[in-house]
Amino acid sequence: MESIYLSIILAPLAASVVVGLFGSRVGRAGAHWITIVGVSISFVLSLVVLADVLGGAEVYSGAVYQWGQVGGLSLEIGFLIDHLTALMITVVSFVSLAVHIYTIGYMADDDGYQRFFSYISLFTFAMLTLVMSNNFLQLFFGWEAVGVVSYLLIGFWFKRETAIFANMKAFLVNRVGDFGFLLGIATLLAFTGSLDYQTVFGAAEGLADERISLFSGTEWSVLTVACLGLFVGAMGKSAQMPLHVWLPDSMEGPTPISALIHAATMVTAGIFMVARMSPLFEYSQTALSVMLVIGATTAIFTGLLGIVQQDIKRIVAYSTLSQLGYMTVALGASAYAAGIFHLMTHAFFKALLFLAAGSVIIALHHEQDIRRMGGLRKYMPITYWTSVIGTLALIGFPGFSGFYSKDALIEAVHLSTTPGAGYAYWCVLLGVFVTALYSFRLLFVVFHGEERIDHHAREHLEESPKVVTVPLILLAIPSVVIGWITIGPVLFGGFFDDSIFVLAQQDVVGLVGEEFHGAAAFIVHAATHSVALYLAAAGALVAWFLYIRRPDLPGMLQARLAVMHRVLDNKYYFDWFNENVVAAATRMLAGSLWRVADAGVIDGVGINGSARGVRYLAGVVRNFQTGYLYHYAFAMIIGLTAFLVWLTFGG
Amino acid sequence: MITSLLFYAFSLILVLSALGVITSRNPVHSALFLVLAFVQSAMLWLLLEAEFLAVVLVLVYVGAVMVLFLFVVMMLDINVEELRTGFTRYVPIGAAVAFVVVLEIGHVIWFRSQDVLAVATPEPYPAGYSNTQALGSVLYTEHVYAFELAAMILLLAIVAAITLTMRRRPGLKVQNIARQVAVRREDRVRLVKVDPASGAASSEKESRSASNKSLSESKKTRSASNESGTAAQDSSAGE
Amino acid sequence: MTVTISHYLILAAVLFSMAVAGIFINRKNVILLLMCIELMLLAVNFNFIAFSRMLGDEMGQVFVFFILTVAAAEAAIGLAILVVLFRTRQSINVEELDTLRG
Repeated sequence: MESIYLSIILAPLAASVVVGLFGSRVGRAGAHWITIVGVSISFVLSLVVLADVLGGAEVYSGAVYQWGQVGGLSLEIGFLIDHLTALMITVVSFVSLAVHIYTIGYMADDDGYQRFFSYISLFTFAMLTLVMSNNFLQLFFGWEAVGVVSYLLIGFWFKRETAIFANMKAFLVNRVGDFGFLLGIATLLAFTGSLDYQTVFGAAEGLADERISLFSGTEWSVLTVACLGLFVGAMGKSAQMPLHVWLPDSMEGPTPISALIHAATMVTAGIFMVARMSPLFEYSQTALSVMLVIGATTAIFTGLLGIVQQDIKRIVAYSTLSQLGYMTVALGASAYAAGIFHLMTHAFFKALLFLAAGSVIIALHHEQDIRRMGGLRKYMPITYWTSVIGTLALIGFPGFSGFYSKDALIEAVHLSTTPGAGYAYWCVLLGVFVTALYSFRLLFVVFHGEERIDHHAREHLEESPKVVTVPLILLAIPSVVIGWITIGPVLFGGFFDDSIFVLAQQDVVGLVGEEFHGAAAFIVHAATHSVALYLAAAGALVAWFLYIRRPDLPGMLQARLAVMHRVLDNKYYFDWFNENVVAAATRMLAGSLWRVADAGVIDGVGINGSARGVRYLAGVVRNFQTGYLYHYAFAMIIGLTAFLVWLTFGG
Repeated sequence: MITSLLFYAFSLILVLSALGVITSRNPVHSALFLVLAFVQSAMLWLLLEAEFLAVVLVLVYVGAVMVLFLFVVMMLDINVEELRTGFTRYVPIGAAVAFVVVLEIGHVIWFRSQDVLAVATPEPYPAGYSNTQALGSVLYTEHVYAFELAAMILLLAIVAAITLTMRRRPGLKVQNIARQVAVRREDRVRLVKVDPASGAASSEKESRSASNKSLSESKKTRSASNESGTAAQDSSAGE
Repeated sequence: MTVTISHYLILAAVLFSMAVAGIFINRKNVILLLMCIELMLLAVNFNFIAFSRMLGDEMGQVFVFFILTVAAAEAAIGLAILVVLFRTRQSINVEELDTLRG
């Protein structure tokens, strides 16, 4: 099996290297065939692994290569294969495959065709490495590698000012998160002396009682410190408030990237990581509470932002943020399985929504403003219907995948007793309403209503090519059925028993599961016991009323609620704060350090100063070098005399 | 008592003549003062019973080196006035350094070695003692290598002095020994073919007399005789 | 009063100092510089002979012998250089020998 595991991660890497280095040699067709074959290998082998794991194979955890040995610390490359890993690699490689195919159409007339395929294959490699890791070093490698590829891809159109700004922003914000992540890993390493998951997890319970003093006078549980550090990393990668600011801007990248990296896979790395670390987080009530609060806040407030945005991709991006908040809430409520379940369903329908948005964008010749769309339903039927499916899945329409995952999640939060769960419950409930509102707003404004497309684009307006629509259909199918099929076995069937650890008193998923009697019964149960369904319906209704029935109302509301609109339009002034306070302070600090330390001390005193000193001394000493013989003779005699003086009188 | 008087007299003249050396305007006077100083030194060395060295000093220095000095001074057309400008400029520093040197040596003599040296009066050598013999017995036995080295140095000085001052005037005939030694047969000898019908017999006879077997067998003859070879040597040497 | 070794040593010191002062004073004239060096060597020889006499050891006089040899060689070569110098520059003024000056 080890060779299969290796092949899963090495196939995309090989494809990426070949296409990246010999892009001009293999040509455009060669580039997409090589990478698609590479990712297909990964996907097929992932299915093999999944089948193997489902067939009851033992959890595999072992190193395939020892990279180095530092003291007693072994740096290894290894795999941990259990249900969680198997599920993740299948989702990742499937979405990646779909995006690869879709890219053929989307990037058809782009100069950086081969480069793009090389990047996304590289990303697949990095993500799979991260997911399959059995130690923190490899996890960190994959973590940083996906960050780098994300940076490269956001700035893919590197001639655009905004793209450069966005990728720098993404990188810097992620840096903040990664620093916390690194601190978390370092804490664990310092206290357990190991980077291996099993060893660290085994020591978790003991670490919870150990105390360290971070600031004078305060005592912290080591485990809480480590978990908070790790969670800060997850906040950066999974775009939780206040480190969410990079994700909307990352939409500067090509749409396939928005689908692959910034919706389906990379941003879920944080969620996956926390779930993977569940044996650690379980013992830290503080970390769980922090996750609940931050996740809930992200879920509701970024959803609100989606209502006022006018850029089609940004709306979907804020939706992603909101859904990531949901997942984080699930993690905070110890409902890791629900979080991962939602991650999986979300990967499908959010990738679908992004690719649908991309389809619209291609058809309109790279127009992204929804104010210049409308009435597209009759021009692009496949895109429209797949979008409807994606939207219904997103808002949690009964029977669709999003319904199962989100409802289970909300139920779990409802039952949770972790501090902050009450706040989180109300946030996620309201979030359902908001989600429905912005989702249907998008659907109505883009596909219904009057046409606001400029006539130039309309002349060529037609359904996107097959390479675009086929992935849409491919993704639409699981978006509908994956929840129905898998909720039973995956969420309540003990699927994650070997990979996720939950303390008995916090096992909310188990509590939800007690009332679970099949997928169909779940709908009935939700309809009778949960308000979420009705909130979603209300949201959809409000959207219909505002954007179909009375399209004049939004403008009026905007005028009435000017202050609120301004706050939302400025994204709660997070960017303003970051740029004018954080960045400005950093720049000021760096500027003064540069002036004092670099220009003043190093340049002024160190380099120029020593040069000046040498020149001055040389100027003085030069006077001795007259070129007259007798001066040298004098110097000799005087020196000799002085030496004799020292010899006779000195000693 | 008489020794003391002689010492002071000679010393006074020595110091005065040394002063003359360093202060006189004319280099010729300086040289003559230096001769006087050497002679006085020789007298003082006689008082120290170093007869051989005293004689050598007079012979070598006064007789040879100082004559050389005088010779050079007079031969060179030196502008004395120009050399005298700024004469006193370095007097203070010179005097200061001289003073420091005196102070140092005096300090060493009077304070460092008071009980050892200051009062030491050398006993006169017994009658029949030969300074020259004593010196020679050390010089040719113990220091024979150093002695030979000194001879080498003198030879070197001779070679160096000659080489330095040698001038090559145009038109001067000199012998180039290196070229004479390095000469090869091809430079001197020219082989020519002789028509066999006209002068084969005489040429064969000549080649036999040159006792060059290979040449005779191949019926090649030396056209150049011994006389012409000598002439070639002369002409090459005259270049 | 008797003449001790110290007298000779003092005499040598005075002679040496005058030679040093002479180098400073006659800094321009190479011939005089050479003469001053001869004076210095003479002073050194005085010391050697005086100590040799006091210790009753001929070694000192052997040294003087060698010094005389070297001094003679030095004078010969020095004067030869001087002649060559004068021939090329028509002067023995040390102040004009400043080709080394940058």
